[in-house]
Amino acid sequence: MAKRNCLVSNDWICGEYLRTRSHELTDATVQHLWITAVSVAIGLLIAFPVALVARRWRPLAGPVLGLATVLYTVPSLAMFSLLLPVFGISPAVVITGLVLYSLTILVRNIMAGLESVPEDVREAARGMGYGPLRLLFAVELPLSLPALMAGLRIATVSTVALTTVGAIINYGGLGNLIYTGIDTIFKAQVLTASVICVAIAIAADVLLLGVQWLLTPWARSRKAA
Amino acid sequence: MNAVSGAWDWLNDSANWNGTDGVWHRLGEHVYFTVVCLALACLIALPIAIVLGHLGKGGALAVNISNVGRAVPTFAILVLLMFAMGSGTDWPTIIALVLFAVPPLMTNAYVGMREADRDVVEAARGMGMTGSQLMFRIELPLAFPLIWTGVRSAAVQVVATATIAAMAGGGGLGRIITAGFNRQITAQVVAGAVLVAGLALLIEGIFMALQWLLDPMRRRRRPRSGSAVPASSPATPATP
Repeated sequence: MAKRNCLVSNDWICGEYLRTRSHELTDATVQHLWITAVSVAIGLLIAFPVALVARRWRPLAGPVLGLATVLYTVPSLAMFSLLLPVFGISPAVVITGLVLYSLTILVRNIMAGLESVPEDVREAARGMGYGPLRLLFAVELPLSLPALMAGLRIATVSTVALTTVGAIINYGGLGNLIYTGIDTIFKAQVLTASVICVAIAIAADVLLLGVQWLLTPWARSRKAA
Repeated sequence: MNAVSGAWDWLNDSANWNGTDGVWHRLGEHVYFTVVCLALACLIALPIAIVLGHLGKGGALAVNISNVGRAVPTFAILVLLMFAMGSGTDWPTIIALVLFAVPPLMTNAYVGMREADRDVVEAARGMGMTGSQLMFRIELPLAFPLIWTGVRSAAVQVVATATIAAMAGGGGLGRIITAGFNRQITAQVVAGAVLVAGLALLIEGIFMALQWLLDPMRRRRRPRSGSAVPASSPATPATP
């Protein structure tokens, strides 16, 4: 029996597609990964000081969270389009949009994490002569890690999914393959890209869960005891 | 800025507001999809989540469905549905919109029912209330804020997904943006984005106002302290 070409018959699952377009898939996956990673990293770098400032000056907390909610309400396609005139067609459009979304989740969770640190613990650390900086990095930050990591996981997983919308300006990672597959109804390409995208989200979530496990040894020993 | 004045000019040109590709028609489509799909999603998700929450069963499902909803790209699902059902109908858009509105509704309603003050629920049970009295007269009013947060979250999600539907050939305001990209008119892209963002914020505002107006416990609840949402909170938003 002659081998049926699944590219010609436009099957959903196609080994031939994976073989012949593997470089395309790799390129798209790499773009997807770096756009996601850079966005979440910048989001974290900005969210941390913002949360600290909002904690220090309480009256700011309301407006900061309000602004974050407003930003989160703007649909992704509109967000990227609004940033287009600022940056032109460049990855900065997608990254800036994704950073703004991740900020909403991260700022909220870092603030909640810092708030969850018991006052007794803070007092004890101060009594032992901890300065404000050491208190923050050696006591408050580790204790608020579970909340921070929960936020980081949510932000990362949604950023992986949202990156696909960047396809509108050709910086959507795997979304590019989905977008270009629409016109030709290229089923194998769209399904493969979608599946890889979900796989990245799950892998990132598991990876961050592992990081949290490594960073919070006390949580483990408490459970074991 | 050039793009801003361009967008302003675009919005001020009445030719852009009329006709099948005009703002009014696209806005109508967008609102229509939003209302129909949000209503459908509420009809599907709320009864299930409220009963599950009342019985205290299926918590893992109700909570994890939100995590799944976040991980799956709406754009991918829209395109896959369009391939599977053909691009001639609105069904791919409607199904995708309902699909992505369900998780925030489910999770928030379930957790809201579970977190209704246990003391109050026990007291009501002690007074001899039956299961359904307990559900409708105690748990539901107490759970209302969180249930409504879920509805609001779902509404925002539906507006956002309906916008992305334009990338997969669907209707709605997103079409103005994608058409702008196709014709390489930045002014139109920005004008479309302003319209979409404005609609999303307007809907969020309406739902916030309704939350205050509809809350059955509005007059009796003490003001809540603190505004930060704990990490485990179900109120974490859906994807925009």
